Amino acid sequence: MNETTEVSLKVDLPGLPMKNPIMPASGCFAFGQEYADFYDLNQLGAIAIKAATREPRFGNPTPRVAETRAGMLNAIGLQNPGVDHIMAHELRWLERYETPILANIAGSTIEDYLYVAEKLSQDARVGALELNISCPNVKEGGIAFGTVPDVAASLTEKVKAVSEKPVYVKLSPNIADIVTMAKAVEQAGADGLSMINTLLGMRMDIKTMKPILANKMGGLSGPAIKPVAIRMIYQVSQAVSIPIIGMGGIQSVDDCLEFLMAGASAVAIGTANFVDPFICPKIIADLPQRLEALKLSTIEDLVGRSWKTCVTV
Amino acid sequence: MKQVEKMTIIKHRCIAENIYELTLQGELVQSIEEPGQFVHLRVDNGYETLIRRPISLANVNKKAKECTLIYRVEGEGTTRLSLKCVGDRVDVLGPLGHGFPLAAASSGGRALLVGGGVGVPPLYYLSKALKQRGIQVTHVLGFASSAVAFYEEEFRALGPTYLASVDGSIGSQGFVTDVIRKENLAADVIYACGPTPMLKALEVSCPDQPLYLSLEERMACGIGACMACVCHTQTDPEGSSYKKICKDGPVFKAGEVVLG
Repeated sequence: MNETTEVSLKVDLPGLPMKNPIMPASGCFAFGQEYADFYDLNQLGAIAIKAATREPRFGNPTPRVAETRAGMLNAIGLQNPGVDHIMAHELRWLERYETPILANIAGSTIEDYLYVAEKLSQDARVGALELNISCPNVKEGGIAFGTVPDVAASLTEKVKAVSEKPVYVKLSPNIADIVTMAKAVEQAGADGLSMINTLLGMRMDIKTMKPILANKMGGLSGPAIKPVAIRMIYQVSQAVSIPIIGMGGIQSVDDCLEFLMAGASAVAIGTANFVDPFICPKIIADLPQRLEALKLSTIEDLVGRSWKTCVTV
Repeated sequence: MKQVEKMTIIKHRCIAENIYELTLQGELVQSIEEPGQFVHLRVDNGYETLIRRPISLANVNKKAKECTLIYRVEGEGTTRLSLKCVGDRVDVLGPLGHGFPLAAASSGGRALLVGGGVGVPPLYYLSKALKQRGIQVTHVLGFASSAVAFYEEEFRALGPTYLASVDGSIGSQGFVTDVIRKENLAADVIYACGPTPMLKALEVSCPDQPLYLSLEERMACGIGACMACVCHTQTDPEGSSYKKICKDGPVFKAGEVVLG
């Protein structure tokens, strides 16, 4: 390896030509405006925007969040202003940045998903869609499509048929066999996978003796779920040939490297944005030095290194 | 402009049962715009308590670059915060939110400040700011009992101060609304911060004056991105319109949002 080679952070994923492998995760960054107060969003590799549904949604009653040891539970309930508003306002606001957009879509019926997918995929600002079949917080939808491989595959196929952009499927960890699920959606035409969504959890309030969350159950995120995410990405990346956007508790550059070694091609930062609004640019800034220290010149060199046959450099 | 800064603890003391007064020093203080804004504290750099804690500003001294917070030890995060010493540094995100509109009261006018429990602290900063603008301030402060009451003298130094407690151990027995009724307290504008039932009672019992309420909710990001602390608007109580307590609030004009 040539020691003087510049480290390249570039990652080229379907629909998402990323200058680095870091993006904020859907639901943890709204539509970017709040974080634009802190830094230039053009620094990001991509932006996964908050889930869009056909109609505006208020979401669940409060309390919607509860802290846990090394993590947090949330039950926001897919609050969003609806796809039309997002296309008329939020995506137009994002035109001031060049960063590729991964648009997350959710629904409670197949028709809803297709309606939102078709519309959003026609928006010039959208690079790819992220099919949310794993939100644990909405009774009638989301996860209903994400626990049975045949159902997930059928939805993926239909969304692919109406979408003009690549489709990533966001997988739920709340299933017995993640590999079967991943293979099913790959076969149905998915261009990539996002994994993992939150793990379903609960907390009780000692004073009231009732669940803290108004929705009772919520999705667990944060460092507590990182080993689960890494294990699932390790398994799935060896079984499929489509790229994986890895997420689940990433807080530092080394966390990010672990995900890449496990088999992710890029990573998304979720809960950590709430703790430190500067976390994404900080990790991006830390990456070149860490790659150099590991004697790597591209992100690609690291993807799946934990299981790929070792190549001498 | 909101920012993240490691602020230095200048003073930290227990002022009532489980109630702590924490004074921090740093550049961030210069950005504080108005009483009623809050800061979001990261208690640990580790992962034990991951999420920040929103705490209101009880006092601000821009010249000394100091701000004072008053908080109640409630759970693990505030317990750990209470163990921090003078000289320690605390990771602070702020200032956040929109505070009490000082311009709602005009010079020479009368303002009534109503607080309950750990809703009392931001009213101290507010009262000082109003007084500076030539507004007469009257305070009605409610506490569970004398053991958890604080800042009585500080408030008295600024204007007439009435106390109420649930058990009658300090001030008159009952709620702040009982005091307002009994003393027939009138004002051009009312500012309040405290438990939701107190805010609801004020909304019902004081329909004729401009009333500003500071709300509280469990938050994650504190900057309007996570959608944890939203509330319905009164014009669309069942619909999809909403306000974010952290960003649009925490202070709202009575009648604007539905009180949880």
